[in-house]
Amino acid sequence: MNTNATPTPAPVIGAEQLELLEKLCNACAVSGDEGEVRAIITEQLKDAADEMRTDALGNLLVTKRGKGENRVRVMIAAHMDEVGFMIMEDNEGGIFRFDTVGGLDVRQLVGKPVLVGKEHLPGVIGAKPIHFCKREELEQTIPLETLKIDVGPDNAGKVKVGDRATFATRFTRIGPSLRAKALDNRFGVATLIELVKHAPDNVDLLAAFTVQEEVGLRGARVSGFSLDPDLAIAVDSTPANDLPAWDDSENISYNTRLGFGPAIYVMDSSTIADPRLVKFLAATAEANGIPYQFRQPGGGGTDAGAIHRQRAGIPSISVSVPGRYAHSAAGLARIEDWENTLRLLQAALSQLTPAVLQR
Amino acid sequence: MIDIVPFLEKVLSVSGLSNHETPAREIIAEAWKPLCDEMQVSRLGSLHALRRGSGPEPRPRLLMMAHMDAIGLMVTGIKDGFLRFTQVGGVDPRILPGQMVTVHGREDLPAMVVQPPVRLLPPGFAAKPVSMEHLLIDTGLLPADVERLVRVGDLVSFAQPPVQLGKSALSGHTLDNRASVAAVTVCLDELQKRKHVWDVWAVASVSEEETLGGAFTSAFDLRPDLAIIIDVTFAKGPGANEFNTYPLGKGVALGWGPNVHPALHNSFKDLAETLEIPIHMDVMPRMSGTDAMGVQVTAEGIPCMVLGIPLRYMHTPVETVSIKDILRTGRLMAEFITRAEADFVEKITWDK
Repeated sequence: MNTNATPTPAPVIGAEQLELLEKLCNACAVSGDEGEVRAIITEQLKDAADEMRTDALGNLLVTKRGKGENRVRVMIAAHMDEVGFMIMEDNEGGIFRFDTVGGLDVRQLVGKPVLVGKEHLPGVIGAKPIHFCKREELEQTIPLETLKIDVGPDNAGKVKVGDRATFATRFTRIGPSLRAKALDNRFGVATLIELVKHAPDNVDLLAAFTVQEEVGLRGARVSGFSLDPDLAIAVDSTPANDLPAWDDSENISYNTRLGFGPAIYVMDSSTIADPRLVKFLAATAEANGIPYQFRQPGGGGTDAGAIHRQRAGIPSISVSVPGRYAHSAAGLARIEDWENTLRLLQAALSQLTPAVLQR
Repeated sequence: MIDIVPFLEKVLSVSGLSNHETPAREIIAEAWKPLCDEMQVSRLGSLHALRRGSGPEPRPRLLMMAHMDAIGLMVTGIKDGFLRFTQVGGVDPRILPGQMVTVHGREDLPAMVVQPPVRLLPPGFAAKPVSMEHLLIDTGLLPADVERLVRVGDLVSFAQPPVQLGKSALSGHTLDNRASVAAVTVCLDELQKRKHVWDVWAVASVSEEETLGGAFTSAFDLRPDLAIIIDVTFAKGPGANEFNTYPLGKGVALGWGPNVHPALHNSFKDLAETLEIPIHMDVMPRMSGTDAMGVQVTAEGIPCMVLGIPLRYMHTPVETVSIKDILRTGRLMAEFITRAEADFVEKITWDK
C-alpha cells in the first residue's frame, strides 16, 4: 500500500451523475464527429484537470497529477464516439440515402426516428410498406440501400451529404434500469469523468477520452503513444446477452449478465488482458465487497486492443459496464452495475502501486 | 382553419388497439364534444357524434367514419422476465427490433422489442429477419416484478412519440388512421361556421384493423343515407413509387372502385375541381381495404365514398403524413356537407 495515498471521497451514482449520463447519451457523436461529447467533458473537467488538450485526431487528453513518490502513471481510456449514420446522397424532397458508421445490424434500423446533423433535425428511417412487398421479400432483410432517412420536405435544404445522424432515442430510467442510445460508451465517459474528479493522490491519472473506437480503435492508438503510461485500463460497455434461448435451453453464451457487476476482461479478440491486472482488479473487488463478473472470453474488443501494443508495450485490461442491445436504437443496463463499475475502478486507482506490475 | 397538430399529438400519445380503443375514444370525445349536439358510444365502443342539420325532419343522414383503432402486439408468454408476443392487426416483424413500446400490464410499463443475439435463435437467423415468435419484449424490470405486473393477454402498444418533420409533415405510429380522425375533427370544426341541411354523424370506429366490427355495427345503428369513409392511402416515398401511390402533401385521394358509389365519386371530383382542392384518383379495383367494405353492405346497402390521406411507411411507427392533406380532406368534406341538398341521394343515379 502506498503510504502517500490520501483518502478520496468515493464517487457515487446520484441524481447529478444520472443527469450527466443522460446529457451524454442524448448528445450525438458518431465516430469522427465527437465534438458534442468532447464539449460536455471539457465543461465538466475544466476545473478538476491539471492539463487538458485535444490532440490531432480529436482525443481529449486530461491529466490529473497525484502527489508524492512512486506514483503510477495510469491511463484510463473511454471512447466518446458512437455508432450511427452518414448521409450519402440527396434523393430530393427531404429523402436521403445513408450508410452506417460502426457495427450496426441493418435489421435494427427500419422504422426508427433519427436526428440529423449539427442541428439535430428530426428524421425517420422509412422503408417500403409491407403491403407492397412480395412474399419472398418479407423473408429477406430489407437491404440498406433501399432504406432512406426522411426529414420531410420543409427541411430538405438543411441536410447535406456528409452529415452524421444518430438514433433519436431519449434517455429513460425504468425501475432499476436505464434505457438509452449510446450507453456504449457514454457509461465509460461518465465513469471516467467521475474518476478524474475524485482521482486519488497515489496515481497520475491520464484520462483519454478517445475518438473513432467504433471504426478501428484509432484514437486509442495515438493517445496510448502520447500519454506513455505505466499501465492502461479501457472503460467501456460490453454486451449482456442474458436473454432466454429460443427453445428454453440453458443460455451458456451470455457474455455478461445484468446485475452481476462490472465485467472484467480476461480475453477478447483484440487483447489478452495483462494477468497481473486481472488478478489485481479481482482482488480489489473482493477486498472491497464489490460484485464483479469475468466477461466470457471471446469476440469483441476495446481501446485496450490498440493501447497494449503501443510503444514498447503497455500492460492493459478492460472493464465494462454490462449492457443489453448495444449498437441498436436503445441499450438497456442496470444502474447498480454502473455504480459497482465506478466503485471498482475508484478502489483500484486508490490501491494501485508499482508493486502491482512486479513479476 | 383549426391547428390540428396539438390534437393529433395528443391522440397519438395514447394506446387504443383494436377492440381496446377507450383511451383514444376519450381524447376524441373531448375534442368533438364542443363541435356536436349529441354523442353516444356504440355497443362495440365506436364513438358517434351528431351535428343536427337545419332541414325539416325527417332529415337525411350522412355518416363520416374514420377508424380509431391501432395495430400493436399482445403478450403470449413470459420467460425469465422477458415477454413473448403476437400481433394485433398486420405488423411486419421486420420493423419490430428496437421499437419502443408500452406494455399495458397491471400498470403501464415502458419497454422495448428486442432481437435476441444470434446464438440464442434457431439456426438460420444470422442475417435473415427474425420471425415474431422469436422476438422478445424487455421491460427492464426484475423477473419477479414482471411476473407480478404482466399477464398473458396484456396489450402492447407502440410508444414512439410523434415527431414533426418541419412544419408541414408529422411522423408517428397510428397515423393510420388517426390522421383521418383528425380530418373529421377539421370538418366538424369547419361546420361550426356553416349551415347544413343534413344530419351529420361523425364516427370514430373500432376494430377496422381486425374485423371491421365498428363499420358494420355503427352503420347499422345509424342507418345513414350515404357514408364517407376516411382512411389513409399510400404516399410516394422510398420503395413506394408505383402507379397507385400519391405524392405527399399534394392532395386528397378520391377512391374509385366497387366499394365506392360512382356518382358520389363524381360529385366529390367536381366539387374538388370547383374549389381547386388538388385530388388524386385512388383506384381500388377489388376492395378498398377500409371500413367501406363493412358500411357498404350493411342493412339494405349504403352508398359509400372513400377519401384517402396519402401516408408514407404504412404500418410502421414512423408513418408520415402531410398536415396540409389532413386539412384539405376536412375542408372538402365540410364543403360537400354544406352543399348537400335534402334530395341529394335521390339525384345520384347509377344510369344517367
